[in-house]
Amino acid sequence: MISNPRPDSPTTNAARTSFWRRYVFSTDHKVIGLQYIALALVAVFVGMALSLLMRIHLILPGAILPLFGEIKPEQYLALMTMHGTIMVFFVLTTAPQSGFGNYILPLQIGAPDMAFPRLNMASFWTTFLAFLVLLAAFFVTGGAPGVGWTAYPPLSAIIGAAPGNGLGMDLWIASIALFCAGSLMGAINFITTVLDMRARGMTMMRLPLTVWGWLTTAAIALLAFGVLLAAGILLLFDRRLGTSFFVPGGLVISGEPNPHSGGSPILWQHLFWFFGHPEVYIAILPIMGIASQIISTFSRKPIFGYKAMVSALLAIGFLGFIVWGHHMFMSGMSPYSAFVFSLLTMVIGVPSAIKTFNWIGTMWGGKLRLEPPMLYAIGFVSFFVSGGVTGPILAQPAMDTHLHDTAFVVGHFHIIMGVATVFGMFAALTFWFPKMFGRHMSGSLSRLHFWITFIGAYCIFMPMHWLGMAGEPRRYSQLTELDYLKPLMGIQQFITIAAAVTIAAQFIFLFNLLWSLWRGKKETNPNPWKCTTLEWTTSNPPPHDNFGGIVPVVHHGPYEYSVPGATKDFVMQTEPVTTMPASN
Amino acid sequence: MPRSSYTTDGPTVPPDLGYGGGDNSGDGPNLPNYRERLRRCRVGLVVGLAPIVMLFVAFTSAYLIRQNTGQWDPHSSAYINDWVPVRLPMLLLGVNTLILLLSSVSMELARRQVMRESLLAPLANIPGIKTDEVTSFPWLSVTAILGIAFLAGQYLAWQALAARGFYLASGPSSQFVYILTGAHAVHLLGGVIALLFALRAAWSHQPIPSRRIAVDISAWYWHFMGVLWVYIFALLYFLK
Repeated sequence: MISNPRPDSPTTNAARTSFWRRYVFSTDHKVIGLQYIALALVAVFVGMALSLLMRIHLILPGAILPLFGEIKPEQYLALMTMHGTIMVFFVLTTAPQSGFGNYILPLQIGAPDMAFPRLNMASFWTTFLAFLVLLAAFFVTGGAPGVGWTAYPPLSAIIGAAPGNGLGMDLWIASIALFCAGSLMGAINFITTVLDMRARGMTMMRLPLTVWGWLTTAAIALLAFGVLLAAGILLLFDRRLGTSFFVPGGLVISGEPNPHSGGSPILWQHLFWFFGHPEVYIAILPIMGIASQIISTFSRKPIFGYKAMVSALLAIGFLGFIVWGHHMFMSGMSPYSAFVFSLLTMVIGVPSAIKTFNWIGTMWGGKLRLEPPMLYAIGFVSFFVSGGVTGPILAQPAMDTHLHDTAFVVGHFHIIMGVATVFGMFAALTFWFPKMFGRHMSGSLSRLHFWITFIGAYCIFMPMHWLGMAGEPRRYSQLTELDYLKPLMGIQQFITIAAAVTIAAQFIFLFNLLWSLWRGKKETNPNPWKCTTLEWTTSNPPPHDNFGGIVPVVHHGPYEYSVPGATKDFVMQTEPVTTMPASN
Repeated sequence: MPRSSYTTDGPTVPPDLGYGGGDNSGDGPNLPNYRERLRRCRVGLVVGLAPIVMLFVAFTSAYLIRQNTGQWDPHSSAYINDWVPVRLPMLLLGVNTLILLLSSVSMELARRQVMRESLLAPLANIPGIKTDEVTSFPWLSVTAILGIAFLAGQYLAWQALAARGFYLASGPSSQFVYILTGAHAVHLLGGVIALLFALRAAWSHQPIPSRRIAVDISAWYWHFMGVLWVYIFALLYFLK
């Protein structure tokens, strides 16, 4: 399933490289990109299985599940923690940036590979190791940690405080530290590649918006992951070396007075959310770029407001670093600080709205072709809007006081960060599948999968907003005895059924993916979608050096669709200026 | 669109002139020329320093906030300042600082030495031109030894701190001293390892361009480590 270098390409050197060097410990950015995508695919099915267990437990608390038994409260918390950690790090951070970015970015800027291929390989294997270390937490004494993906101390800092707080929690920290290292290596590579390896004529303002998305994301990752690493080191010191960075004094754990004193749990929240909020944009900015690319291509129109789109990406990336306090309105922060964080958070609505209006403006009056990539991209815009509008609601301290730590927040961030991003991944995969494998994914299966997932995801996460407004708190294993929550059980059951159906539909996607790899419609045309960017000038799949010895030269911006007077409705970035009408 | 309509307007540039993909296949014809590799590695290094800066920014902000808020006392509902300034072993740290600054000087001399060698190397191939044998003083080894001496000195400083009663877990101020100096020492150790790689490149007679890149990148990282140490020392001294 990995890219097959064309044997006739002069630079392939197929005989020189062994199976291991070519497919496993490969330095080829295309292989590494596919490795990341495969890792995210495994991770997303693990994470989905955990969420299904949680959903079943919420409506049938005493049920004895096959192969699993009864879910105890600490196990529920462990499921929740691992679901969040796996999904945030190994799916939402891994696939859009490291997966698709690795595969497509060098192709789109006309480079033969990443700037540091060996560093690239190291970053994948570090991430892979991080995933194994995280999964190992399930199998150690005490099991996986139950502290949530945010790992707030003092709970996360005290070893005896909960069953999963022993070795499981240490493995969690180790996994996150490894993931930080892997992501930083990736970010260094992405930035250096874009700055230093663009083809001749590929000015910054001719970069496809996908590349802008990956570049901005890499810059965010570069600044955010170092802070998470710092927080993780301090937490590990508190746990194992007796320091008190985060643990306050006067705690009594299981009847024993705790020896720590003087630490600040709020300090962890500051450090964590300084990383945690930009992390949301690490997941979604690459998808914004991908959606722009696909919507422009399938509307046969230039992207509406290219410079505005670039500015909005950069603005979101910058603003993401100064709003972390909105996760901490309930931590006892000064109302003056809360006001500033609230105001800054709502400012993010401006670049987000610019992007949304420009996507709609691009589609407006275009010749829309509703192929699967376009369907998924429109789905992304839909979820981006639905999940986005609840952002300003939660950004107000007065509203957040009521909604904090309720199912409302769960609904909000699952739609905006989870579902929207996953739809972007579906769009990206169906869009670039012919380039990666020389075959198409089945259109009818994709459409079936799209509609079930689109409707299913809304059925799962929209009712969570109502649950939250009615006061259903998040993160509790079992609240069936509370009178005020009893009338909400019907909604909980509806959500669980919707989740089961939606998860079942993902096997349509999995089948489609695997079936199409070997049996999908063959595609020998290098540019089946009539797209303008450089990756569509080379073969399916591209040879080892990407362009078969040719060095692309760029003459146009990336979205020259329906140019008046041009002979066809798109102008490739590599086409000489003479094919453009004289007026341009 | 058929592939035949793909056009370029300039002469086709062979892939080994500037578009080779970094260190993909080790030494070989696919490598771009070394000036491009040098520039690329320098860009990568500068980008790579950013997360190190952020790591220490995070530690510093935690340090300053902890120093200025103190500990929450639930009985009096107020913050109590429990910050005990750490009595640093100033003489020892001063000597260490001097050693590290000297190592930066020797590193710079090593960097200029290999740069000169790489500039003179093409001349040696021209018949009739005789280049003077460059007296190659082992600046790189000197730097590595000074670096290891600094690390040993830091170890002594930690022992001196412990002798004064400042252990890792003995209070809000001393834990930060250990974290800041320890994180710097780990990064400096990385620099020493980079130096050993550069030395290996020199001893195994790798081509001058590869050596120059190894030395150049190590040098800039090394200077950065020096600046970082001066910053940490100043922070711990002036804001103790």
